[in-house]
Formats: sequence, C-alpha cells, structure tokens
Amino acid sequence: MSHPTIRRRFRPGRAVLSAVAILVAMGWAFPVYWMLNSALLPNSVLTSTTPRFWPSGGSLDNFAAVLSQGSFLPALGMSAAITLTTVAVCLLFAFLAALAISRFKFRGRTSFVLAVLFIQMLPAEGLFIAQYKMMSTLNLLNSVIGVSIIYIAAVVPFTIWMLRGFVAGVPAELEEAAMVDGCSRTQAFFRITFPLLAPGLVASGVYAFLQAWNEFTVALVILQKDEYRTLPLWLRGFVQASATRETDWGQVMAASTLVAVPVIIFFLIVQGRLTSGLVAGAVKG
Amino acid sequence: MSATSSATAANRATARPRRFRPAPYLLLIPSVAVLLFALGYPLYWQVLTSLQKFGLAQQFGKPPAFVGLENYRQLFSDPQTWAVVGRSIAFCLTNAIITVVLGVLIALLMNAVGKVARLILQISMLLAWAMPVIAVMTVWIWVFDWRRGLVNWLLTNLGLDFTNHNWLEQPLSFYFVATVIVVWMSVPFVAFSIYAGLTQISEEIMEAAALDGAGSVKRFFAIIVPMIRPVLMIVGLLQVIWDLRVFAQIRMLQDAGAPTSSTDLLGTYIYRLGVGSSDFAMASALSIFVLLLTLALSAFYVVHLMKEDS
Repeated sequence: MSHPTIRRRFRPGRAVLSAVAILVAMGWAFPVYWMLNSALLPNSVLTSTTPRFWPSGGSLDNFAAVLSQGSFLPALGMSAAITLTTVAVCLLFAFLAALAISRFKFRGRTSFVLAVLFIQMLPAEGLFIAQYKMMSTLNLLNSVIGVSIIYIAAVVPFTIWMLRGFVAGVPAELEEAAMVDGCSRTQAFFRITFPLLAPGLVASGVYAFLQAWNEFTVALVILQKDEYRTLPLWLRGFVQASATRETDWGQVMAASTLVAVPVIIFFLIVQGRLTSGLVAGAVKG
Repeated sequence: MSATSSATAANRATARPRRFRPAPYLLLIPSVAVLLFALGYPLYWQVLTSLQKFGLAQQFGKPPAFVGLENYRQLFSDPQTWAVVGRSIAFCLTNAIITVVLGVLIALLMNAVGKVARLILQISMLLAWAMPVIAVMTVWIWVFDWRRGLVNWLLTNLGLDFTNHNWLEQPLSFYFVATVIVVWMSVPFVAFSIYAGLTQISEEIMEAAALDGAGSVKRFFAIIVPMIRPVLMIVGLLQVIWDLRVFAQIRMLQDAGAPTSSTDLLGTYIYRLGVGSSDFAMASALSIFVLLLTLALSAFYVVHLMKEDS
C-alpha cells in the first residue's frame, strides 16, 4: 500500500480479475438461485419447453402444497431433537476433555490426542453396518437416542480438537489473579475463563449443529420408519414420492428450499466464527 | 459443577505437579465412553463379523461360524469388488485433484481482487458450502434432468442435440455428473482454508519478488506454494479421505434412475451388501478394507503433522 507506483501498475489486471471473480461467483451460486426460482414457479411453467430464468408470475403455492402434506413439521421436530441433543451433549463432553488435555500433564495424554486425530479419520461409511446391528440389538433403531449417540461419537473428536486450542489460549494465571482479588474458584472460572471460551464453544457448537442437521447416511440406516425421519430423509422421501409419474419439480424445489434456507441463513450469520475456529483447530495442529 | 472441579484441579496442578491426580482421567471419561460405545464396539464387532459367516440365516438366530479370512478371500476373488475399488479410487483421486486445484485458483482470485468482488465471491462460496447435501443433490438432479433439465436445454440450444439425453444411464456420464456435484460442494472449504493461508503471506515479500522480476507463475511456485504447504497438505488429504467414501451423492443419483451395478462405489456397495442383502460378513470385510485404506492415508497425514509440529 505504501508503493503507489506498484499499485497503479497492477490496476488494469485487477479489473479483469474482478470481472472473472464476479462471473465465477455467479456461476457458483447459480444452482442455489435455480432452486429458489423453480420453487416459486408453477409446474405449468417448469414443464414448458423454454426455461424461465426469472420468477415473474411466481407464487408461494409450491410451498403451501408441500407444507399442507403435513410431514414436514414432524421431520423438522425430529431433526431439531436429534441436533439439540447432539450439540448439547457433545459440547459438554468435549469441553471436559479439552480441559483435561490442555490444563493437565498426565500419563496417556499424547496417546489420547493421537487417538482423537485418528478417530477423526474413521469413515462413517465403514462403520454403519455394525452400528446398525448394535442399535437393532439394543432396540434403539428409530429413536432420537440411537442416532444421537452415533452423531456425538462422530463429532466429539473434532470438537475436542477445536476447543483444545481455545482452552489453551486462556492462561490459568488469569483465574489465579482473580482469586487473589477475592473471587471464589467458581466465580473466577465463570467470570474470567468461561467468557473467553465462548467463541470456541460457539464455533464447535456450530460445527456439531451442521454435522447433525445435514447428516444422511447414519440416519438412512438407523431411522427406517416414516414417522422418525429427519429433514434430509424427509426430502429424499418427498422426491421419491413425487417421482411416481413425472416429478413435480416445483414442489420438490420448494421442499429443498425449506430444508436448505434455514441452514444457509444460520451459516451466513456464524460463518466468520466457524472458519476462524476451523483454522485454529486445524492449523495449530 | 464440572467447571468448579476442573478449575480446582487446574490450580492444584500448578501447586503439586508430581502426585497422581485422577482429575484429568475423570474429565475424559464421558468422551472416551461414548467413543468406545459408538465407535469402538462397532469396530470390534465388525472385525469379528468379517471373520465369520454371517448372512441371512444368522440373522434368524443360527450361531455364526468362524471362517477365518475366507470372507476376504471370497471378496477379493470377486471381480465386482475390484471394479468397485478401482472406480472408487479413480473417482476419489479425480475429485480430490480437481477440487484442490479449483480451490487454490479461487483462493488466489479472492486474494487478488478488491473488496467488493471478494465479498461477492465469498458469499457465493458460502451458499454452496452451507447447502445440505440432500438439497444439493435434488437441485443438481433437476438441473441435469433428462426431460426438462437446464443442461440439456442449454446444450440443445447451442446446437448439440441433447433432447431427452439421460446423463445417469451411462457410467461415465454418471460419474461426470457426480464429479460436478462433489467438486461444486467441496471447493468452498478448500478455497476458504487456502485463502486463510494466503492472508498470512506478507505483501512485502511478494512485492520484493515482483520487483526482482519474478513472474506471477514463478512467484506462485517459489513463494506461495511453500508458505501455504501445511494448509494445502491438510485440505488435500481431507479431500482424499472424504471423496473415498462418498455415499449420499452416489445413492441419490442412483435413486434418480441409474443402473446400480455399474455405478456403485465403496460406500454404496457396503450398503447394498449389508442393509440390502443382509450379508453382514461380506459388508464387514469390505468395511474393514475401507477403514484400513483410510487409516493408511491418515497415518501418513498424522506422521507428517507430527513432524511439522516438532
């Protein structure tokens, strides 16, 4: 910035690059736009020979039709129950473990950290057969608890990893100083350390939320009854049901929008924290 | 409650470091318990089952017989298995390479343009990143729909006859569609990670190199690549591991009308063997193979990470 000559020399290239960037952006976002556009258009327009690129004459009829079928809200409830359970339990467990590995030196610490790293790499697709058998033996198929347990185990290693960096970033001396100033240990923890950990808890909570909310494979295997479908399973069922003769794309796109838009809005709000948390966990190794 | 005890423990740790303290182990119990229960036990069951005969009869109570490595022998003497393994590895490498290359290019673009263009680019990347995989699949299947899809309409209007062309019928074009989708949804993560790495590079170094006459290609390979190598390694390996086991994408495309026998990858093949035809022994043996493959890849990664750390 302190070299105006260099900046000026780069300018024409910059304009071209900006144009390229905006073109790439438009192309990349197009499928999302196309989903919204199709969701707003009536089927008579979608089945005509020329596509309409702008939702003129659009309406919310497709959304009304999807919602009136009555299966969306139960699926939403199921997704909410599983996700909340996963996020809450996962944060608690990971927080305790992160405290252990960043505030204590103990025998087995390194092996635990290595194990956490390895477990992160275990593919869900390599274990779901055994998990399905286990849940069926324990009578936990088609239950919030059964799915949540698997999600917690899948997400906890990474949240430990993320939180570890944040806990290590708060020096224990801060608490001790507060105690010298007359705080009790509990007060010192909740007034000093906890607020400093909040960004880390939010970041790992968001990560757990997105994983649980969007998960498909385990849900497909464990939740086999229609009444217990999560939103991803509901959407798949909706697409299949709609495809009996010729797919009602307007309604299918409205259903997709219903599943996607809440996540997208949530994600856009919190993404700054998520990416900084991801980078903190991954890069600080 | 937990918070109090941990704060107490932390203080005691600084005071008396030598004695055995149960606190860290107590703090680890919940995580270790859930991991052992939901991952450890299934893993154990899977190893055991892969060494047994465990089919439909065993489902109905017949005790499984120990057969040693017979399942593995049978599995890997079946050309179908090798076809699936080969396809999966080819698919995985193709997707990982395309994703990383595009991710790096887009990260460089983010770094090179002004604020407004960067923001627009980042928002579009975030949209693709945030979409739930099932919603992603539904949209793309609509875009590639054989009767009314946008792609066929576009190509036909460009003068190629793609009227009623079914993209999912032939394995090669099926994988082309799958690749477009997987790459589309994985690039944002790579782009943001690399961009985070790029912002760490000081502008002075780049300007000095430019003044010394290094062209942009030379600057890229001599300065940028070495500096973002750690991030590049991590995202590259994560892509390989993730792409090795794509399931939802392939499954949904098969739902949309593709012949399964010629389009199965490892994930969907395990599902078909296990949940589909109740051959849990075979499904377990194949799962163990996938786990070993993944573990080999991640061991490489962990060793590398440790080396860089010390």
